[in-house]
Amino acid sequence: MADDKDVLRDVWFGRIPTCFNLNQDEVTEREAEPYYLLLPRVSYLTLVTDKVKKHFHKVMKAEDAEEMWFEYEGTPLKWHYPIGVLFDLHASNTVLPWSITVHFKNFPDRDLLHCQSNSVIEAHFMSSIKEADALKHKSQVVNDMQKKDHKQLWMGLQNDKFDQFWAMNRKLMEYSTEDGGFRYIPFRIYQTMSDRPFIQKLFRPVSPEGSMHTLGDLLKETYPAALPTEGEQKRFQVVIHGIEPLLETPLQWLSEHLSHPDNFLHICIIPVPTD
Amino acid sequence: MASLQEIPKQQTSLPDPFSDITCGGWEISEEPRARLSLWAVSLQGKVWFREGICHHNPEGSSWEEVPLPGEVVQISCGPGDLVWAVLWEGQLIVREGIGRDCPKGTSWAVVDSPSPDVGAIHAAVGVNVVWALTKDNKVWFRRGVNSHNPCGSGWISMIGEMIMINVGLNDQVLAISCEDRAVCFRQGVTSSELSGKTWRVINVPRDGDRSHSSASASSLQSAGCYFCGEVQVQTVSSDVESDTDKASTDGANCLATSTSPESFVDAPSDQLSETPKPLIPKVTSDSFISELVSDRETGKISREVCGSAAPAVLEEGTVTEDREVRAPSGALAVSLSQSGAPLDPQWSNVDLEEAQGQQAQTGAALDSADTCSLSSVATYTLAMEDPYGADEHPLWAWVSGGGCSVDSHSQLNWFNSSMNASLLVQSVQSMSLSITPAQTAAWKRQIFEQLNERTKRELDNFRHYEQAIEQSVWMKKGTMQWWRDWKPHKWMDVHFALEQFSGPEGNKDGILFIYYNFYEEKKYLHAFINEVTILVPVLNDYKHTFAIYTPERTKQRWPIRVSAATELEMHDWLALLSVSCCDSRGIQGPPSKQAIWSITCKGDIFVSEPSPALEEMPYPTPCDQMFWRQVGGHLRMIECNSVGIVWGIGYDHTAWIYTGGYGGGFFQGLASSTDNIYTQVDVKSVYIYENHRWNPVTGYTNRGLPTDRYMWSDASGLHECTKTNTKPPSPQWTWVSDWAVDYSVSGGTDREGWQYAADFPASYHGYKTMKDFVRRRRWARKCKLATTGPWQEIPPIPLSDVSILPCAAQSSVDVVPLWAISNKGDVLCRLGVTALTPAGSSWLHVGTDQPFKSVSIGAASHVWAIARDGSAFYRGSVSSQDPAGDCWYHIPSPSKQKLKQVSVGRTSVYTVDENSNLWYRQGVTPSYPQGSAWEHISNNVRKVSIGPLDQVWIIADKVQGSRSLSCGTVCHRLGVQPKEPKGQSWDYGIGGGWDHVTVRGNSMEPPRLPSLTELSAQM
Repeated sequence: MADDKDVLRDVWFGRIPTCFNLNQDEVTEREAEPYYLLLPRVSYLTLVTDKVKKHFHKVMKAEDAEEMWFEYEGTPLKWHYPIGVLFDLHASNTVLPWSITVHFKNFPDRDLLHCQSNSVIEAHFMSSIKEADALKHKSQVVNDMQKKDHKQLWMGLQNDKFDQFWAMNRKLMEYSTEDGGFRYIPFRIYQTMSDRPFIQKLFRPVSPEGSMHTLGDLLKETYPAALPTEGEQKRFQVVIHGIEPLLETPLQWLSEHLSHPDNFLHICIIPVPTD
Repeated sequence: MASLQEIPKQQTSLPDPFSDITCGGWEISEEPRARLSLWAVSLQGKVWFREGICHHNPEGSSWEEVPLPGEVVQISCGPGDLVWAVLWEGQLIVREGIGRDCPKGTSWAVVDSPSPDVGAIHAAVGVNVVWALTKDNKVWFRRGVNSHNPCGSGWISMIGEMIMINVGLNDQVLAISCEDRAVCFRQGVTSSELSGKTWRVINVPRDGDRSHSSASASSLQSAGCYFCGEVQVQTVSSDVESDTDKASTDGANCLATSTSPESFVDAPSDQLSETPKPLIPKVTSDSFISELVSDRETGKISREVCGSAAPAVLEEGTVTEDREVRAPSGALAVSLSQSGAPLDPQWSNVDLEEAQGQQAQTGAALDSADTCSLSSVATYTLAMEDPYGADEHPLWAWVSGGGCSVDSHSQLNWFNSSMNASLLVQSVQSMSLSITPAQTAAWKRQIFEQLNERTKRELDNFRHYEQAIEQSVWMKKGTMQWWRDWKPHKWMDVHFALEQFSGPEGNKDGILFIYYNFYEEKKYLHAFINEVTILVPVLNDYKHTFAIYTPERTKQRWPIRVSAATELEMHDWLALLSVSCCDSRGIQGPPSKQAIWSITCKGDIFVSEPSPALEEMPYPTPCDQMFWRQVGGHLRMIECNSVGIVWGIGYDHTAWIYTGGYGGGFFQGLASSTDNIYTQVDVKSVYIYENHRWNPVTGYTNRGLPTDRYMWSDASGLHECTKTNTKPPSPQWTWVSDWAVDYSVSGGTDREGWQYAADFPASYHGYKTMKDFVRRRRWARKCKLATTGPWQEIPPIPLSDVSILPCAAQSSVDVVPLWAISNKGDVLCRLGVTALTPAGSSWLHVGTDQPFKSVSIGAASHVWAIARDGSAFYRGSVSSQDPAGDCWYHIPSPSKQKLKQVSVGRTSVYTVDENSNLWYRQGVTPSYPQGSAWEHISNNVRKVSIGPLDQVWIIADKVQGSRSLSCGTVCHRLGVQPKEPKGQSWDYGIGGGWDHVTVRGNSMEPPRLPSLTELSAQM
């Protein structure tokens, strides 16, 4: 029988088999072999692709290699979204492994943030955690933590140490029984069809009447178009970590169990495949 | 309560009275037991060391003066080998050369006062810390102190002004502030940050206020035992209330016992508000997070807060936590709370009735002196705000934390200033009472299923891909004692280390190293984690040992035996090693329905996942390669079937149902499921014998012949067991009754409980004859153990045996026949048992002419039972329509043998008799299920379990290994086939020390290999 803790583990250890190919236009000294890697769904592209960079640097002149960036079917991939979100948003329902094109030239400044070092990722990650805790506990938990506690969260993610990360992260998941949940659920809703990067609003886990809000309630409030209308075929999939939770799933539970390490619940709304 | 005895001062050597005394040193060595170092300072400034303090002689033997470089004013001794003293002139002196063989040390080293102008006035030492005060009340922390360098390396000035300072267990620091004479606690002291973070004032009401206690919990054995949480609502009279309020009581108890040994848990109540509001805690078993604590910032701060708007706290605005520390320095004397609640503070009141019953029995036996002699008791009282008002602040002069154990890893919320902290509770999972997956909400099931599908889709075909993040090696090290492999066998000090790394397939693996010295030469022994087959705790009353087996070690009957310094340390290692072993084998989560369960003679529960190859012909997996992992809880026997219904019976005959969880006990955090773990309590009796010999002058007396056994002994007479020196079997057990004569001894007794015989040892009878020159009587004393595990009680009938139809049911709602024998010997049939409701609904009584002791139901609903007189019975006409059958057919037992246990598989019927013979029933056919005759299979058999495929497994005695002999060994019958149900030979598995095994869940068909005839036919 599965236990809720197993969900945390499954979420953490989610992997996407990926094939990295060097962009055809890159100048190389010899032909670049593709590089295969299992990417952690909860991590960030630039954090886990040192090996990819080394692999392709071997066939390139040093002066030809500028900052590395990734692209999938013409879309530059934002490293500051978790890998799983990028995959679910752009590439779910495609054949695995996920084929990502690697670029070392023509960095698309309009689309992507620069990421010269891991400290940039760390800063982004920690600011997400702080933002999430501001929503959940008015920042009380994250502010009560020490510098080394913050470091523990980051090191846990960076080194893929589930136990190390959760030993600290559990504190961020606490709430009082009286409240029945967090103050607000930190969530972000992504969609492919819009220019808006994502939807983020204040939304409480418990209704004023005291009943638990569900995933359906959240969507009704924030993105009603994602909900199936009666008599009509389902148009959208609501995907979190590559799965489609039922709409009656309590939001608080989702936030505790299916949030990314940055403490946000990242929800992807994608069109139902037509084929 | 042990009375304090004045230690007579020897006039000749000790002319002046004492001015300071300190006690410690219990961590230096375990041998002899309860050895302590006691140091005293006399008014003349001399230092005295008390010689010879040990378990049997707690007052010690003599005072020995310790030569000094100056006059001492104060002295402090830690739990380990640190002893510091303060000289009149203001310098400090440090004792050097303290060790196992020299607890008194050899010489003093002088350390200058922290401040060149101001002398030191007070020093306090712990395991690895030294704190000092100077005459200007400044606080100093000594850097770099450890056993190798007791002097440390330098002083660090700390914030705060104190008049007195004390270091308790775990190097936790208490002090009394200079300004307002309040008791302060040093917050944030951990092993990595020994100097802590900040001072916190704690509120300490005086003795008279304690009658308002609304809840208390006490720790036994601070060195690492457990805390029991008592949840009471207000006063004693409301015990009933808390009993009826089942949810809250259960919740809190579960919480209490599942926490790390020294974290403290309590549930709040409020005396002033009209309706007590029990918080129903959401619980996980993680040590970090289960500190559900009801209190808040205390002392001055709390009073300020009360006035202001503090919504989160107002609900319990009058509840404060105080922490009383009344043990004098060190941990010799112990005082318990005199709180109004007369519950024996040793128990969690899971079972209030029993606790109160025992209260009456034990009466003055609140003492618990037995268990406390070495360690200490800390009593936390959740008291009302002090009635003498906010302004009246008691001015404290002295504090000692020697008896107060604070887990350095867990944050104490009761000292937190953060408002919300007091109400923050865990939420990782709700207290779901669900036992079966069907009760899991549909949305959750959907998530579990989809995550599984995701793994299949995204991972299973790509496992050969490289991982993006490499896993590095890490290690855990410690010191242990090891029962060395060569003769003369004895315990020797070793370094123990676990190295973990990622295995080739991405799974974790590791190597265990034991580093030892052999004639000055450093050597090591190692074991690969993926070869370890089982870790067995062997806790007894003086050593915290566990045994590590590999297939090779099982063949030798000679495990690696190591012993940790404390029970806590042993459990830490066991939990870590167990997780490593499971990781290396890719095992996680609860046991499967096919799992094989076994139980040791200590009541520990183990489970093994069978592979189809386990029963393969002709080359099954050898039994010694089976991997067993421990499941929390305590049972005497366990039975299961292949739809995952598992019942257990405790030593006290309580029936338990398996809840589907895993972990519990010492397993914490991720090694334990978050729900389905409950408190489990078991009770058993310890027996000793009073022996008398007759002499012509005085009749029976307690003066035996010189060659006689001890006049107080165990059953064998070989060991002396007196009422006072007999201890509970291990520190997990505590006495719950006093010694009482046991009249229920086989052979009968006279009115005073005596049994008579011609001589020791002989067969005893319950009446005196002319030829009886000796007599004995048995005394029993009950002890109790509280633990946690995936078990829930099935009240109310106590059982002595149970059996579940072994074969797979067609669907989850099919009724599964379950038979049992009550403790009184009644045969019972459980109604309403299905995979969804494994506990069933009610008992159906099956009539018998005499009491029974064993029952088993086979796959074809064939029910066999054994009566207490040792004869067998077959129950006729049992079917799904008539679950209880219609009549008993008497089956004669094998000649001159009394049967004691029966097990029925698909068609096979096996029994074990009281002389340890295993019998097979011949001639059992569908039309004549009673069979025709008994055929002897084997001797030295203690118990038999026949599986749904007629597999034969036993607990065997006297299994000879290459180095040692083992009793109580799990064995597997080889060569069992449909046409050869008796098999051919035994394969020996884990043991000794095993008491029970059940294979009735393993319905996994072995892979069918074509037989030789089939092969030749193909050719």
